[in-house]
Amino acid sequence: MNWDWEIFFQDPGGQHTTYLEWLMSAWGWTLSVSLLALLLALLMGFMIGTLRTLPKHPGWVLFGTGWTELFRNIPLLLQIFLWYHVIPALVPPLKELSGFVLVVLALGFFTSARISEQVYSGIRALPKGQFYAAQALGMTTWQSYRYVILPRAGRIILPPLVNEMMSIVKNSSVAFAVSVSELTLFALQVQEETARGVEVYLAVTGLYVVSALAINLLMGQIERRVQIPGLVLPGATGGGH
Amino acid sequence: MLDLDFSFYNWAMISDFVLKGFYFSLVLTLIATLGGIVLGTLLALMRLSEKPFLVWPALVYVNGMRSIPLVMVILWFFLLVPLIIGQPIGAEISAVVTFIAFEAAYFSEIIRAGIQSIPRGQVMAGEALGMTYAQNMRLVVLPQAFRNMLPVMLTQTIILFQDTSLVYAIGAYDMLKGFETAGKLFGRPVEAYLLAAVVYFVICYSLSRLVRRLHQKIAIIR
Repeated sequence: MNWDWEIFFQDPGGQHTTYLEWLMSAWGWTLSVSLLALLLALLMGFMIGTLRTLPKHPGWVLFGTGWTELFRNIPLLLQIFLWYHVIPALVPPLKELSGFVLVVLALGFFTSARISEQVYSGIRALPKGQFYAAQALGMTTWQSYRYVILPRAGRIILPPLVNEMMSIVKNSSVAFAVSVSELTLFALQVQEETARGVEVYLAVTGLYVVSALAINLLMGQIERRVQIPGLVLPGATGGGH
Repeated sequence: MLDLDFSFYNWAMISDFVLKGFYFSLVLTLIATLGGIVLGTLLALMRLSEKPFLVWPALVYVNGMRSIPLVMVILWFFLLVPLIIGQPIGAEISAVVTFIAFEAAYFSEIIRAGIQSIPRGQVMAGEALGMTYAQNMRLVVLPQAFRNMLPVMLTQTIILFQDTSLVYAIGAYDMLKGFETAGKLFGRPVEAYLLAAVVYFVICYSLSRLVRRLHQKIAIIR
C-alpha cells in the first residue's frame, strides 16, 4: 500500500482551493448540524420528558409518550427523507427551507425522543418524597420541577446525555443522503474524484473521532463542575447506535 | 395541497419492490444479531480476562467502532474488503460483514455489563465446586447474564433493524430502498415515504412493546 497524502493539497476545482480546505469546511458543516440539532433536541427532550411525568395531566402524558414513540420507531434516514421530500409537499411554506435546516430539524426531533426517554427515567428515578417535600413547602408544580426535580434529574442523566451528544455527531453523517456537504458526503465525493479512498476515509474518520473525544472531555469537565458534593450517582448501561 | 394517491400500492407492486427489500433487511438484522452476539461475547470475555494482550485489542476495537458513524463503517468495509480479498464483492455481502463487525462492538458492551451484573459469589461458588474457567462461564455466569440482558439485546436488535436502512450509502437493496424505488417508478415518492414510515413504525413499535412485556416477565428478582 502506498500512501498519497499530497491529494489534500491539490485543487479540486470549484469553490475550494484545496481538498484540505474542503475537508475543513465539511467538518464545519458536521459540527454546525450537530450543535444546532443538539440544542433543539435538548430543548424538546427536556420538555417532552417532563410532560410525561406530570401528575394529573393524562393528556400531556399521552402526547409526550406518543411523541417519543413516533420519533424513536422510524429510522433516522427515513425521517430525513420525510422532512426533505414529504413535509414540504404537504406544507408548501416549508419549501423555502434549505436542506441544512431540514436536516437539523430531523436530527433534532429524532434525538429529542431519545433525550426525553432519559429525562423521563431520570425524573422517575428520584424518590417521590422530593416532589412531595417541594409541594409541602408551598411550591407550585412548575416551581417544584424548576427548583427541585429537574436540577437533580439533570445531574442523574448527565452520563447518558453525554453519550447522546456523541451520538448526534455520528448520526449527523446521515445528512449526506440529502446532499448537505458534511464529512460523509465529502468522503463519498472525494473518494470518487481522487480514487484515494483510504486517505480520504482516514481523514474523515479521524475528524469524527476527534469531535467525539472533544465532547467527552468537555462534558467530563462540566460533570465535575456541577456535581453535588457527597452524592454518589448510579452509572449508565450500554446500548444505542 | 393534500393530493395523496395510494392506489398504486397493490399487492403486485409490494411483492415486486418492497418484499425483496424487507427480506434483505430482515436477514441482515438476524445474521448481524447472531454474529454480533457471538463475536461480542468473545470481545466481552477478552475485556474481562485481565490479560493485557487480550484486553487491549478488544478495548481498541470496541471503542474504535463505537466512535465512528455506522455510515462511515459501511463505506470503509465496502472500500477495504475488495482491496484485501482482491476481487469486488456485492453491496449486500459487504453490508452483512460490516453489520456483524459493527454490532459486535455494541453487543460486547451489553454482554460485559451483563456479566458484571452477576455477583462475584456466583463465580467463586463455581470455582469452589472445582469448575474450570470455561465450565464456570458456560454453566454458571453466561446463562444468568444472558437472561438479565435479553431485553437490552432485543432493544439493540430493533435499533439494528432501523439501522439497516443505512446500507443506502452503498446502494444495497433494503426495505427503504424498495419503497423508494417504487415511489420513483410510479412518480409518487411522497406516498411511498409515508407508507414506509408507517411500516417501519408498526414493526418497531410492536417489537418494542413485546420487549417491554418480556422484560417484566423474565427479570431475575434479587
